[in-house]
Amino acid sequence: MNISLSITKNIHDWLLSIMPESAANIVEMVLIGLLYLAIFAILGLFLVLLERRIAAWFQLRIGPNRVGFHGLLQTMADALKLLSKELTGTTKADKFLYNLAPYFVIVSSLMALAVIPFTKEFHAFDINIGIFFLIAISSVGVIGILLGGWASNNKFALIGAMRSGVQTISYELSVALSLLTMIIITGSLQLSEIIEVQKSGWLIVQGHIPAIIAFMVFMISGTAESNRAPFDMVEAESELGAGFHTEYSGMKFAYFFLAEFINMFIIAAIAATVFFGGWLSPFGITESIPWLGVFWFLGKTFILVFLMMWFRWTFPRLRVDQLLTLEWKYLLPINLVNIIIMALIVWLNLTIQF
Amino acid sequence: MQETTIDKSFKTEPYQINMGPQHPATHGVLRLVLTIDGEIIKKVEPDLGYIHRSIEKMCERDSYQQIVHLTDRMDYLSSHINNEAVCLTVENALELEIPERVKYVRTIIGELTRIASHCLWWGVMGMDVGALTTYFYGFRDREMINDIFEETCGARLTMNYNVPGGLMFDIHPNFVKRTKDFIAHFKTKLPEYDRLLTENVIFQKRTKGVGILSKEDAISFGATGPVGRASGFSCDVRKHHPYSALDKVTFNEALKTEGDTFARYQVRIQEMWESLSIVEQLIDNIPEGDFRVATKAVIKLPKGEFYQKVETARGELGVYIISTGTKNPYRLKFRSPGFSNLSLLNHISVGGKIGDLVATMATLDLVIPDIDR
Amino acid sequence: MSYFSDIYKGVKTLLTGMSVTGKYFLNSRKGAITQQYPDNRDTLKMFDRFRGEVIMPHDENNEHRCTGCQKCEIACPNGTIEIIWDRGIDETTGKKKKKIDQFVYHLGMCTMCGLCIDVCPTDAIEWGQNFENSVYDRAQLTRVLNKPESKLQPGVED
Repeated sequence: MNISLSITKNIHDWLLSIMPESAANIVEMVLIGLLYLAIFAILGLFLVLLERRIAAWFQLRIGPNRVGFHGLLQTMADALKLLSKELTGTTKADKFLYNLAPYFVIVSSLMALAVIPFTKEFHAFDINIGIFFLIAISSVGVIGILLGGWASNNKFALIGAMRSGVQTISYELSVALSLLTMIIITGSLQLSEIIEVQKSGWLIVQGHIPAIIAFMVFMISGTAESNRAPFDMVEAESELGAGFHTEYSGMKFAYFFLAEFINMFIIAAIAATVFFGGWLSPFGITESIPWLGVFWFLGKTFILVFLMMWFRWTFPRLRVDQLLTLEWKYLLPINLVNIIIMALIVWLNLTIQF
Repeated sequence: MQETTIDKSFKTEPYQINMGPQHPATHGVLRLVLTIDGEIIKKVEPDLGYIHRSIEKMCERDSYQQIVHLTDRMDYLSSHINNEAVCLTVENALELEIPERVKYVRTIIGELTRIASHCLWWGVMGMDVGALTTYFYGFRDREMINDIFEETCGARLTMNYNVPGGLMFDIHPNFVKRTKDFIAHFKTKLPEYDRLLTENVIFQKRTKGVGILSKEDAISFGATGPVGRASGFSCDVRKHHPYSALDKVTFNEALKTEGDTFARYQVRIQEMWESLSIVEQLIDNIPEGDFRVATKAVIKLPKGEFYQKVETARGELGVYIISTGTKNPYRLKFRSPGFSNLSLLNHISVGGKIGDLVATMATLDLVIPDIDR
Repeated sequence: MSYFSDIYKGVKTLLTGMSVTGKYFLNSRKGAITQQYPDNRDTLKMFDRFRGEVIMPHDENNEHRCTGCQKCEIACPNGTIEIIWDRGIDETTGKKKKKIDQFVYHLGMCTMCGLCIDVCPTDAIEWGQNFENSVYDRAQLTRVLNKPESKLQPGVED
């Protein structure tokens, strides 16, 4: 637990003064959990709104502009609507798994959110295997999708779930390998360590050509990992209706929906942390003001989120076999070669450092 | 020796799913019963009739002027051409001499209808393969044509601008200017269509070599329009049996030989260019004259059978009228292009993936009310 | 080597596509193609030939031009128009004459084909521009087009 932002330090001291240490720790964990849930909800709703506005601008539309100032409360209203909706389900569904599935999806993305460093002090869970933990936890979400698709006893949902399984298992390789390429430079899996290394130049600059290739591969496979267009095989609106969440309604559907957007944020956040220096400001221009790190981190992340939205609103969807072709015949070999090149570059000290 | 017993409790069944009647890719109320093996399609059975309104039977009740407005409701994306087909049949049967002005205007609006229909198709095609933005770009350009129609005909979709003997009223004074504006606008937008979707590597991978229809099959299934022409079957009614002012223009019939989904796509894009050139050739030369010749208030066709075919945006539309000399047709039959084009869906999509089926269906450009009537 | 040229060409086409949408994104401030419909009611003007509904114009003396010839009723394919007529005595000539009592228009059945207006010999009915025709009760779609106590304009029948 790395909670030493000055405000958290005060809370920590105050809690210690009124209760024993173990109880104080538990209370702190609950508080942090609630804080991250709040971040999760606000971020999710904001990203949905952002996606809708950006989509509208791409498509010569205006987008949501009725609820609140410039439509800022639109997604809040949608969430309230979803909350008040009836939770329907199929009669022959496996009730337990059917109800469990959304939590798998949402818990996995929430856990991934915990290790992301928003800024130097704002980092809930800085474990020494940070990247490994992220890769591991992001693949738990697919279990939720598989369960949801299978348990809802709907043929469209089942096809969607099976596609998801195929897709996530394949693309995890590329995500992991492209991150591994960068870890060759940093020599550490810990996210705070990775950012520390980038104080002498962002990794995409340090690693130049192989880093750029790794970044491109990571963005492609990350988009696929978060099941977004052009890799939205799982939902594939024109093919499967709504895919794996066909039979979900109300808040359970909202869980899937929010998790998808949080996953997109996580992918962008990892890319921003590993390739673009996370909360570090460019050339250290605002190093003296630590809290601006959040601004830099979110700025970089949202630029990458925008890139993913741009992909989504431009490209047609791949077919399921082409999806696998892209992974196994293009991304994976490129990645493997890329790792070797990167290793050579690090070995020969050809990295660019300021 | 004990006989080995086969465990009969384990048996496999074909996996059938219902695509439709409410499904985003069937564009209406078409129901497809798919038999699939994983992702691979084993059989496609279209199930029709969800929007059957017995238009042919209603026509037997109506007078010849009234029939025209029912044809709006068949293939609503080429309603003007449908109207023209009925009017041409009646006019030919009555041996009416139609003014040149009417012929020109009919052709111009017919070609604009074709562009509008293809614009919508292009948008929806993009959406079916997953590129959602194309929809709005297609509709933006279609909207300009719809405005032209609304100003001249009073309606955007079900126009009913034709009457037997000519047009219901003369073209609007702004018609020529607006059409020229549209041509200038659309000439800059069509290359954009190519850059956004046609050249896209994902789109090409999705469509090339998918849903291949050979020329022989195209002829034997009765495929017409862009579907037939993409397979190398030269079937453009405008070229082979010109009607209205189409004998006064020069244009190329868009022909491809590949017969796959991408070829059908390219044929339609090509057709938009050709239609633009047809409109361009005619728009400056609309002759002065009457917009209508007087017909009797009660039109009675001579006894006999009459047939007229036109080229709608989807293919060959035939109107077959049996008259017994009364004010109503004895029997009226529409040969609609969508019905024949749907019949080959099973033939070309078996063996493909679900995604292929959706892409193939998008290029067949089905309008369900046209199939069910 | 075609492996790498495929990748290069593929990425190039993808970037071309992105440039198209990106251009529209940057120009999105110039305005959308969609309309803010209920808000723009004041400025929204339909084309003068727009077919919204059939109306029967009356002049300032509450006089219409319908002689009750029923041609529109015959021309209508859907039975949208019903003319309830009566024989009354004309004040000027003193002869018995056909005049309309009620011109009933069932908007719910109308397909806006325009045959009635096309066929009308006296231009008594024409297209109205109103297109906001939704009502809560279907009965409200049945309208009587001639105003109460309205008369035939003199000189129409000549």
